[in-house]
Amino acid sequence: MGDHHHGPAKGLSRWLYTTNHKDIGTMYLWFSFAMFLLGGAFAMVIRAELFQPGMQLVEPGFFNQMTTLHGLVMVFGAIMPSFVGLANWLIPMMIGAPDMALPRMNNWSFWILPPAFLMLASTLLMEGGAPAFGWTFYAPLSTTYAPPSVTFFIFAIHILGVSSIMGSINIIATVMNMRAPGMTYMKMPLFVWTWLITAFLLVAVMPVLAGAVTMMLMDIHFGTSFFSAAGGGDPVLFQHIFWFFGHPEVYIIILPAFGVISQIIPAFSRKPLFGYASMVYATAGIAFLSFIVWAHHMYTVGMPVAGELFFMYATMLIAVPTGVKVFNWVTTMWRGAMTFETPMLFSIGFLVLFTIGGFTGLMLSIAPADFQYHDTYFVVAHFHYVMVAGAVFSMTAAVYFWLPKWTGRMYNETMGKVHFWVSFIGFNVTFFPQHFVGLAGMPRRIPDYALQFADFNMMSSIGAFIYGMSQLLFLYNVIAAIVSGEKVSDEKVWDGAEGLEWTLPSPAPYHTFETPPKLEEQPAY
Amino acid sequence: MLNARALAATALLPLAVNAQNQINMSTGISEAGAVITDLGAEIYGLHMLIFWICVAIGIGVFGVMLYSIYAHRKSKGVEPSQFHEHTGVEIAWTVVPFFILVLMAVPATSTLLEVYDNDDAEMSILVTGYQWKWKYEYLDADGENIAFFSNLATSQEQIYNTDTKGENYLLEVDEPLVIPVDTKVRFLITANDVIHSWWVPEIAVKRDAIPGFINEAWTRVLAEGVYRGQCTELCGAYHGFMPVEVHVVGQGEFNDWMAAKRGAAATDAALAATELPVDELMARGEDVYNASCLACHGANGEGGLGNAIAGSTIAMGGLDPHLNVIVNGVAGTAMQAFGAQLSDIDVAAVTTFQRNAFGNNTGDVVQASDVVSYKEG
Repeated sequence: MGDHHHGPAKGLSRWLYTTNHKDIGTMYLWFSFAMFLLGGAFAMVIRAELFQPGMQLVEPGFFNQMTTLHGLVMVFGAIMPSFVGLANWLIPMMIGAPDMALPRMNNWSFWILPPAFLMLASTLLMEGGAPAFGWTFYAPLSTTYAPPSVTFFIFAIHILGVSSIMGSINIIATVMNMRAPGMTYMKMPLFVWTWLITAFLLVAVMPVLAGAVTMMLMDIHFGTSFFSAAGGGDPVLFQHIFWFFGHPEVYIIILPAFGVISQIIPAFSRKPLFGYASMVYATAGIAFLSFIVWAHHMYTVGMPVAGELFFMYATMLIAVPTGVKVFNWVTTMWRGAMTFETPMLFSIGFLVLFTIGGFTGLMLSIAPADFQYHDTYFVVAHFHYVMVAGAVFSMTAAVYFWLPKWTGRMYNETMGKVHFWVSFIGFNVTFFPQHFVGLAGMPRRIPDYALQFADFNMMSSIGAFIYGMSQLLFLYNVIAAIVSGEKVSDEKVWDGAEGLEWTLPSPAPYHTFETPPKLEEQPAY
Repeated sequence: MLNARALAATALLPLAVNAQNQINMSTGISEAGAVITDLGAEIYGLHMLIFWICVAIGIGVFGVMLYSIYAHRKSKGVEPSQFHEHTGVEIAWTVVPFFILVLMAVPATSTLLEVYDNDDAEMSILVTGYQWKWKYEYLDADGENIAFFSNLATSQEQIYNTDTKGENYLLEVDEPLVIPVDTKVRFLITANDVIHSWWVPEIAVKRDAIPGFINEAWTRVLAEGVYRGQCTELCGAYHGFMPVEVHVVGQGEFNDWMAAKRGAAATDAALAATELPVDELMARGEDVYNASCLACHGANGEGGLGNAIAGSTIAMGGLDPHLNVIVNGVAGTAMQAFGAQLSDIDVAAVTTFQRNAFGNNTGDVVQASDVVSYKEG
């Protein structure tokens, strides 16, 4: 037995051949951070061009390539893989498992990602340029009128879909089969619950996306007319298929973020989560609703009024389970004994800004008002409040929270707090004014704008540069912690943290829970 | 030093021009206090109702949270309470929001039904989106439709910062849509190539223009004036450069405008039957070029999104291949079939212009009759 308890292999082969959930989690996290910086660089180009009215730095066609790649890289390259990395690191440690259920598939689902993004990024160098039709790639702009590089984009999307599906199957198999004895479903940490539900969403909708891009491929290269009206096809069909994937997709991004926040807020409030069971049911409720609201992205396509009413009512209903979540977090903080270390700051930032994003979401659900909001900067502001202040803030909180457990070293708390405040201010300076220009009539995805939008756009650009720079501070803090951070000796690290991962030594050894932990002493969450 | 100052002043110019920044949706009320459209005012009211409900909920949630952050901190030496789960509270915060949503849904439903009430329109206009312009066609009971294209009127010099930007930068067109005041106008909205979206915020009409579909929308504008909007669905490189400009005028002025349009159409038809002198063709051709070709082919025919015209083998080669490209477009590229968009006289003029401008000194003169005979094969 003893001779199997070895550490990682040495050199590059460790990372290429690894089947260890911690190694794979680490690779996912670094990869997603690299993509976050790349997608951020694209955003900086966008904001620099929009700094003033008039065309200054780039041509309109290239501007569209930037908005398209920014969206694709951030959604598929930064946010989604970052949460898969977090799942890899944490789920086995949280449920008392030695590793993921399907470790070789785990290796494969990571290693097909970098080639896919390399291919996507290489379209920038191709004749005709990169895809320039927005991350939502509406046909026929993305088919008949697309640059030749669209074929590479389609292949990249296929690979990302395969990766996501494999990762999700792995998470489902792990959670269902590898829980330590006594770890019943209703004792699982909420992060595990939210990821289990997310994984089912991914398995359900990624094939739909694959179907959409395959139909595009057929239209472009094999003479079909799925989305071409001239051939008897239907451009609106594309939007229905895309958003049947796309709406669950936004919950795929935000549900694991809910899970993270549900771990961190109780830890720093030193108080159990107020309503564990209702949080689980609310998550499942949101997941169910996500499948029947897709056409609220399409209020202006000319649906029959009965369809508009159905999607409006269904969309408004999402406010109920989402409200349950927010009320739960606030009630968890109530009469706790709070401290405000960096993970807690980012979690509170999440709570405030995500709630604002929820309010604008509720406004957007009102179909007649959406005729004025649709495809304006109001929408851009809304989804950045839920994507950046929601997903990215919670991911940042997660890294600060679990980094000492992963590395056995502490980050610099002061620098972490500075990172939070600079991010928080930079984010709001960037995106709050976008509500105003959107309501005042500025459409999204335009490289140049009318003069009445000038002041707020300049403000927005300044905020974006501040927010962008603050991420370099984050990078520095993490690297400095890994290289020379203060060693953490305590297993719990945070005195209020609860869960099996905090029973492990810091740093967590390469292999953990080779014999299942005993759960009697663990409280229900 | 002086130069730097001048540069800084230019950079700050747009800020000075716009002291007023609109931060909210169009109220549906004009500056003079007149209702622009009932529907627009109603949508604004709905928007503000939902907004204030959100503000009230926000004050509640954030108030509790901020108080908690202030009072329940470890540094104050408080002991954490361990309470959790309370069925009554949990039912309340599920049921109460549900009823608030029902309260919102009632006015939202009635407004939506009005948006969809396209009946009893007094006139119909077919709006067609093209990359990157709008075509307006006034449908006439006798089949005598009036149609024209509406192109961005802002100059390339303004866009590329070599000229001062005008007040209506990017929101001005060469030929606006003109509609009579206090008349229910039905818009039939479609597109020729990709999906566009026709939006005028102040009259609260937005509908996607989708190839193969005809969407309906309507308005009844009660206040005369000029209302501006933009395309709101990404439609390619120049999506940001296809504005909408609507002039709402009194019925008498509208009738005069309509008569003038019909007269101009008749003049064009008459011109097409005659031979025009070369300088008139060149002048007309330059106007057509600036409106329809310049965005892709450049102010000096140097190319851009499209191929260069200066020195082009097509513009300097045989006439038929050149007319083929202009009339039929090039499949699979952004080059559209302008034969359907421009009158024969305009095709003749722009072809003449392209063959003799930018150093393309072919000396060829193309008349409308040449275009007609080309089209007839």
